[in-house]
Amino acid sequence: MSLRYMVPASKFKRYLPKDYVELVDYGPFGKDYSEVGVKNMGTFKELVEEHPMCSGCWMAYYIKIIFAALPNPENTVTIGTAGCGRLAISQAAVPFIYGNYGDQNAMASGITRAFRLRFPDIQKDVITIAGDGGMMDIGFSMTMHAWFRRERFTTIMLDNEVYGNTGGQESGMSIEGAVLKMSPKGKNFGKMPAMQLAITAGCVYVVKMSPTNINKAAKAIRRAIFAARKLGPTFIHVYTSCNIEYSIPTPDVFRDAKEMEKGRFAFEEFMTPEAKELFAVVESKKKREVS
Amino acid sequence: MSLDKTLLSMDELLKLPREKHFITGAQAMSEAVKRSSTDMAIAYPITPQSEVMHLVGDIFAQGHIKEYYRAEEELGTMSAIAGAARGGVRMFTATSGPGLLRGLEAIVSWPGHRIPCVLGVLTRVINAPLSIQPDNLEMAYLMHSGIVMLHAENQQDTFDFTLAAFAITEKVDVYIPVSVSTEGFFVTHAKGYVEMMDEKYAFEECDPYKAPVPAMDNEVPPARIQRDAPVQKSNFMSYLIHSVWQQEIWDSNQRAMKYMYQYIDGPIEVQNPGSDVMLVASGCAAAQAREAHRYAQEEGLSVGFVKVKCIRPWPTDEIREALKTAKTVIVPEHNIVGWLCKEIKGCIPNGGIVLEGPRVYGGMTLPVELIMTEIYNALGMDSLVLQA
Repeated sequence: MSLRYMVPASKFKRYLPKDYVELVDYGPFGKDYSEVGVKNMGTFKELVEEHPMCSGCWMAYYIKIIFAALPNPENTVTIGTAGCGRLAISQAAVPFIYGNYGDQNAMASGITRAFRLRFPDIQKDVITIAGDGGMMDIGFSMTMHAWFRRERFTTIMLDNEVYGNTGGQESGMSIEGAVLKMSPKGKNFGKMPAMQLAITAGCVYVVKMSPTNINKAAKAIRRAIFAARKLGPTFIHVYTSCNIEYSIPTPDVFRDAKEMEKGRFAFEEFMTPEAKELFAVVESKKKREVS
Repeated sequence: MSLDKTLLSMDELLKLPREKHFITGAQAMSEAVKRSSTDMAIAYPITPQSEVMHLVGDIFAQGHIKEYYRAEEELGTMSAIAGAARGGVRMFTATSGPGLLRGLEAIVSWPGHRIPCVLGVLTRVINAPLSIQPDNLEMAYLMHSGIVMLHAENQQDTFDFTLAAFAITEKVDVYIPVSVSTEGFFVTHAKGYVEMMDEKYAFEECDPYKAPVPAMDNEVPPARIQRDAPVQKSNFMSYLIHSVWQQEIWDSNQRAMKYMYQYIDGPIEVQNPGSDVMLVASGCAAAQAREAHRYAQEEGLSVGFVKVKCIRPWPTDEIREALKTAKTVIVPEHNIVGWLCKEIKGCIPNGGIVLEGPRVYGGMTLPVELIMTEIYNALGMDSLVLQA
């Protein structure tokens, strides 16, 4: 059982870094979701605390939600790529693989298959978390093909509609007309239809949202993970603004997210009938799901 | 393994009696994979490699390996290998020329990520105009990646080196990927005699708990729940970590040398050391140089032969010893840049004795006459008269 490997021998405990010991004692590992989870953020040792993201970063906030929503943090591996997101994801107390450019879904294909070979009776959750550039531009082929192959893991795209980490260039997810670096006269084509692509490619559960409601955001993340375990690929397309490149004053970040929720990031949820059936079973259980 | 196999250490496996088969190089490579207890193979087609991964697909269907799929393209293949190897399973794939270059971004990151796996490289032209023929220029791009590189002369080498590669890549003091190259078509699609042990014997299975770098499987302590990844920042600590890390990768590469002695009878083969003219070659060029060496012996010329089996780690001491009394060194190659020639020049104190070529490229064969001409010239003989 994975949980045991984290717990240090009692005599060794005092030599370990405080942060480690606190995570073992007060973190979410092995606990019932009703004791931890997004509703209780602030009352337990969270998997992501400090991070080097910009002040007011909506992406950092959403990454904290991802980690607080994990149904099985002691048996989860995250995979990411270059971009702002990985700066916070790599600070989480969950194994994180930082691969090459845009290769997260190819890597996840390999590791989920390896886990199923080695641990047929243990559920290991694999989640790829990357930006719009990593997921829809440079990693497009690997993202799409993992879905076509029905690889069973969760893909989360942190869409800030720009290459934030490299200094504000146009991405495939930027809106038409956006004046950004590398589109000095304005982008001359529209946002790529990521949600429709995911549905067409065979994702069994797809959500598009602006995560202004913590519980709603967590529910989508958990549903995506549960469905990926049993049924097939799942995809969350989430708005995580870049307040630097889009010059959103920090106090207005939440207002911007609310506006997006009324606009192009209006909540949309797709699920196959099998996924719907699965959620009915999983969500009827009061207890935390650990398969 | 679903098939009932007897699992042995590589040393035990290599001591078993063998039977002679007449098979292609592609078959030889897949027969080695069959005996390697590979968990998973990922395939993507490219001529002339495709034959290898077809055959590996067949042995997957027969139950010799547990998982196999056709990936989207080579970057996807090589990235998935990196993912799966981190999951603690034994991996194999093979590619050729342009495919290798397409996957190179991932491949050059494998050693630093401590990905143990075996990569078959069935060489093919990479530059324009397009050709599907053998030319091993792509190997030059692997030489600075940190990966261990073996270069097979023929079908037998392809079998032996591939099998040995599975043992070398997972050694605790190595634990970086191993590539096995051989020339496309000349070896992959041509038959030769290969001596193999019975397929009911296989190399012992991958044990990720013996790995010096824990698998990312949430099972191996210490738990990766400590925060911060200073490598991802631009500061002195990140430079320092990168530098010591890469030094360790290249040290790991060097430490693979002892396994060349253990499993493939040393990094080089030498015949007639101390001759005035030494032919040095690797891969298929070694087969042609071997033949030229035989002609030269028949003609009573002072000619020796060195076959380089292991390109990385580079056998500096062994090459220096073999060439220490040579007056001229001839390096026949299947590429335009002469990467082997450059390596040899750079590792002996008197690099001026190394001739440029002969080289063929674009997929041409390497006639023995071409090498003989260089030998005659080196010995101050009139090659036209002698060849007639």
